[in-house]
Amino acid sequence: MSVDLAARKLGLRPGTPVAKAQALYPDLVLMDADPDGDRLGLEKLALWFQHRIAPIVAVDAPDGLVLDTTGADHLHGGELPMLKDMVHRMAGAGFRAKAVVADTWGAAHAIARYGRAPIAIVPSGGTASALADLPVEALRLPSTIIEGLATLGVSRIGQLAAMPRAPLALRFGPDVARRLDQAFGRIGEAIVPVRPVDPVEVSRNFAEPIGAAETIARYIGKLVPLLCQGLDERGQGVRRLDLLLHRVDSRTEAIRVATAMPVRDVKRLTRLLCEKIETINPGFGIERMVLIASLAELMDRRQTVSSLIAEEEADVSDLIDTLANRVGTQALYRFAPVESDLPERSFCRVPALAPEETKDWPEHWPRPTRLLARPEPVQAMAELPDQPPLFFIWRGVRRKVKCADGPERVFGEWWKNDAELTIARDYFRVEDTSGERFWLYRAGDGEHGETGSQGWFLHGIFG
Amino acid sequence: MTAELNKKPGLETLRAAISRLEGHSDRRRKMLPFGVREIDARLPGGGLALGALHEVAGGGNDALHSAAAGQFCAGIAARTRGKVLWIVTRQDVFAPSLKQVGLSARRTIYVEARSDVDVLACFEEGLRHGGLGAVVAEVARLSMTASRRLQLAAETSGSLGIAIRRWRRQTDAADFGQPTASVTRWRVSVLPSVPLPVPGVGRPRWLLELIRARAGECADFEVEACDGKGRLSLPAALADGSDQEAAGQRRASA
Repeated sequence: MSVDLAARKLGLRPGTPVAKAQALYPDLVLMDADPDGDRLGLEKLALWFQHRIAPIVAVDAPDGLVLDTTGADHLHGGELPMLKDMVHRMAGAGFRAKAVVADTWGAAHAIARYGRAPIAIVPSGGTASALADLPVEALRLPSTIIEGLATLGVSRIGQLAAMPRAPLALRFGPDVARRLDQAFGRIGEAIVPVRPVDPVEVSRNFAEPIGAAETIARYIGKLVPLLCQGLDERGQGVRRLDLLLHRVDSRTEAIRVATAMPVRDVKRLTRLLCEKIETINPGFGIERMVLIASLAELMDRRQTVSSLIAEEEADVSDLIDTLANRVGTQALYRFAPVESDLPERSFCRVPALAPEETKDWPEHWPRPTRLLARPEPVQAMAELPDQPPLFFIWRGVRRKVKCADGPERVFGEWWKNDAELTIARDYFRVEDTSGERFWLYRAGDGEHGETGSQGWFLHGIFG
Repeated sequence: MTAELNKKPGLETLRAAISRLEGHSDRRRKMLPFGVREIDARLPGGGLALGALHEVAGGGNDALHSAAAGQFCAGIAARTRGKVLWIVTRQDVFAPSLKQVGLSARRTIYVEARSDVDVLACFEEGLRHGGLGAVVAEVARLSMTASRRLQLAAETSGSLGIAIRRWRRQTDAADFGQPTASVTRWRVSVLPSVPLPVPGVGRPRWLLELIRARAGECADFEVEACDGKGRLSLPAALADGSDQEAAGQRRASA
């Protein structure tokens, strides 16, 4: 059925007879295929992806998952970072995975299994050229048809697509044309998403399909109170809400909104959903709307403490949710201190509503308002070992240093990285003759070669 | 001079009539004073108007880096109450430095928008909410229409909005001459620091130009940069005469 990487290197392939394989390699480890177990595992994985990436996820048996990432990619920083993240996460769990974004399920299926690159993005409209060179096995056809095509001498999808349809349909039935059309996006293919276990869910069927944004908004306004009622009975608040819109042409559009804290507020959830209406394409109309609280958490009723001393700070969590659904959760953060002397490591990003940390940065040295993402090398002249530079050239402009503070010596963090054992940096705050203030450092202590290159870098700009 | 004008009763009634016409007569506009008499006296109402949009840009090279302009805005934001939303397109704010002008990292929420359009949308959303102390956005282009939307959003909610105008190229900075609906417009340029008797960099100084103030006059101030609580101050040499005199009079009358 399947072989692992080590076996593949030895030359074994799925389909090699067991007796032959054992004869070649007597110490081969054989395991019985467990299709039911695989299927269960895939379903679990699908739920996990639904949790992490996009609301519409289905199992693409026997060895894949299919996701509808329309409108979900920007929340993960774009398509490429999203795919990378998926593959890395799978690698972290011990699986070698390939990920492809394409216009259609069929194309993504084919390229993920028969393409070379572990991560690929097929540009919109480039499906035909991307598929042309792949073998016909990639088309999800039964093996009898594949064999039949092989006897005809057809091995590539490009060849098959160029053949006249009628004789093919006569000989192999309608499957060939259907799979081809699905791969090229000429006919639609519905993805029936996996469903989380026992969610709070409300739905509404329409006798007449609806399409106008106002109508959709009105029915969202009717569904949300029902959902909140259901949540109230369980004492839960919603963290993530999926609205699935089933279209008459059996495609499904989805809206996903997430909140930073459990929410059961009708008005707020309605508003979050209605803001996303413009992202959906109703096509010929929507005949069914399903609202699922795909992630719900226990929500305690809290007593508000009325304080005599401090004025209650305004609650901004609703604003955070609105912004997060617009720009993505990763793009919304606070900085928190990290105990490190290296400036670029002295902070980290934490979620906007993370509990407040107690520690803080030390304040005895002035810090620049702007820190360059990468220190920029500058040419400088300085007296050794620990005098500030006399002048430096940054971005083609020569600046004479009028006064300076420093050095502030920072040592490498040898407990994190062996290579940093001897590294040192000397930071100076310098002011040039026009009054501009910069944060410069020398890579090294000015005496010992092993402490760094002794080159100068500009790291920040003071106000 | 403006302070004296404020006292004239005829002018006061005229001001009230105008603000009634403008449609926000129902509540008195709140102000955030700088705490520096010379600056506050030049601003109508005696401080930076809350519920309004203000524009700040850096002068010279600072139009690109916005280091001084950023610190100036952080100092203003530090003196407000509640959370501060800071919207950027490229993130290079060094959080420990904001802490040093009194703006705690616990209060500051950053939004990293992909484009100027997103920045303006988030800016407006933040201003509309009304629960934030200040909303700061770093934006290059700000059209009349966009700034009017922001100004209206700020007016309805009473939030303080500060647009840091920051350009990628020096030539684009000419855009700062275009009219917008903001209430005040500032330019912050770095000046050589206060000389010290020993080697080292003294307290930074800025040239603070009030380029535009609605119902007010333009003015230039030479100030010392924000202290640990976000307050500006006038250099001692300049403040000498008036401040000392006033203190002397107070002592005499007590």
